[in-house]
Amino acid sequence: MSSHTTAVDVAAAVRSGEQTAMATLERAYEAIAARDDEIHAFLHLTRERAQADAARVDEAVAAGREPGRLAGVPIALKDNMCTVGEPTTCSSRILERWRPPYDATVVDRLEAEGAVIVGKTNLDEFAMGSSTENSAFGPTRNPHDTAKVPGGSSGGSAAAVAADFVPLSLGSDTGGSIRQPAALCGVVGVKPTYGAVSRYGLVAFASSLDQIGPFATTVEDAALCFDIISGHDPLDATSIPTPLTPTLPTLNDGVSGLRVAIIDELSGEGIDDDVIARTEEAAEALRDAGATVEHVSIPATIYGLAAYYLIAPAEASSNLARFDGVRYGHRVEGANVAAMNVATRSAGFGDEVKRRIMLGTYALSSGYYDAYYGKAQRVRTLIANEFAEAYENFDLLLSPTSPSTAFDVGAKSDPMALYMCDVCTIPSNLAGHPAMSVPFGVGDDGLPVGVQVLAPMLGEPTMFRAAKVLEAAAKGMS
Amino acid sequence: MSGEISREEVAYVASLARLRIEESELDMFTEQLSAVLETAAALNSLDLHDVPPMAQPYPLANVFRPDVVVPSLDRDEVLAQAPAAEEGRFRVPPALGEAP
Repeated sequence: MSSHTTAVDVAAAVRSGEQTAMATLERAYEAIAARDDEIHAFLHLTRERAQADAARVDEAVAAGREPGRLAGVPIALKDNMCTVGEPTTCSSRILERWRPPYDATVVDRLEAEGAVIVGKTNLDEFAMGSSTENSAFGPTRNPHDTAKVPGGSSGGSAAAVAADFVPLSLGSDTGGSIRQPAALCGVVGVKPTYGAVSRYGLVAFASSLDQIGPFATTVEDAALCFDIISGHDPLDATSIPTPLTPTLPTLNDGVSGLRVAIIDELSGEGIDDDVIARTEEAAEALRDAGATVEHVSIPATIYGLAAYYLIAPAEASSNLARFDGVRYGHRVEGANVAAMNVATRSAGFGDEVKRRIMLGTYALSSGYYDAYYGKAQRVRTLIANEFAEAYENFDLLLSPTSPSTAFDVGAKSDPMALYMCDVCTIPSNLAGHPAMSVPFGVGDDGLPVGVQVLAPMLGEPTMFRAAKVLEAAAKGMS
Repeated sequence: MSGEISREEVAYVASLARLRIEESELDMFTEQLSAVLETAAALNSLDLHDVPPMAQPYPLANVFRPDVVVPSLDRDEVLAQAPAAEEGRFRVPPALGEAP
């Protein structure tokens, strides 16, 4: 990248004419060419589209027209967001040949503000995983140490920002798929309130949990991106119809007088000591800035993981039924339509996707529905109720984002061990609440640690204020 | 619920989901799915009788849009992405006849 490494700085430089969007784009592609063989953040580069985006911005600047709040900012998209005419694979063989006939709403909104779409990033197949090892096109590596995973499932988008290829990227978060890789890669990652960001054009994994959100190197960039991509979209029936409060105007208001609590159940057993230590230091930083910090018990959160691994697979089994060899590029022939469906799906999906489809099919099947899916949905209410109770006394909650720092590629071959990575992030998805990961120092191994700030429904403005304070405190530590 | 799944049940569930699982993979999948279902059994310790189920976190009921004609996706562009199309439709192998 250039000397301007944040989205805010790049946009200011492009707007003032100090540098062109085209030159900014070329520098991003040079950085990618220099190091992405090693990292593998990107699956495809969208060169023609990026050049057209950049040319449009440069023309606007030259003509004295408003170039947008993200003028010339290179942005990467997780490859489960539709881009017209460009590959959108979800890291799956089954979508390898498909080119979407439309753009996701988030892509339209970014380009309308002058952003330049540089490419599509790697993910665990259909966003199912926590390490980005489970891609049909090979794993992504952590830019801080290429022997380590970047986290997942949005590992490519996290790594693209951590490696300074781009200042901003988008991921999707169903059980932690933005926040956990943000923590492991040392960048900011945001899971917005359910319904705050349109999912039109996001390939669905678990529809009652999925949300799109940004990765950035600064809290301000993340807030700017969130303000741009959020807001009602008539094309997404789950999109919140009331206007949302922008987060940027209050970003620097601090935390004086805010009531914060560390969630006991997510900050003890099963979490590494160095990660807990950083979380407590983060709490101390908020206290130093004028917040009160206590501890709170939310007992139902310990059942979050079990409930999630019934609900998410159940919804996935239904959503992924559409990949049947009829509409989306890939087909393995069969004597009749059922044989063709079986042959296509068996060849097109990887093992983890098959595992979750089978698990979900089982959880929804006659005789087991009440025992599994129905029960998990009730646990979800329990968690939401306990959060609501906590938010009567507190404005924000705090926990680690991930139980550990980045682990070795290949270290977690057992599915259950990988699922445990999401234990701190899942409760927010189940409740539909916003949460974000902020880099806060390093672990004993020198790798980044992320601290999670949780807020109630539509609590993004307050959440970003606390994140800004933590960012400043983390800078002071290093 | 026992929190476990048998080899036969895994094979049956795969067939419901239109997936072919090789004989050699059945043991692996059975073991892995059993491990997840054992974890799920932790939910049995909770008394959930008075707790209603939650289908989604931000319930919106009756989401309507104005009943006006707007452009939709171009049919030919959509069909161009299909493995096979004919006369403006998706083309598939015979849907009737023998089961797979």
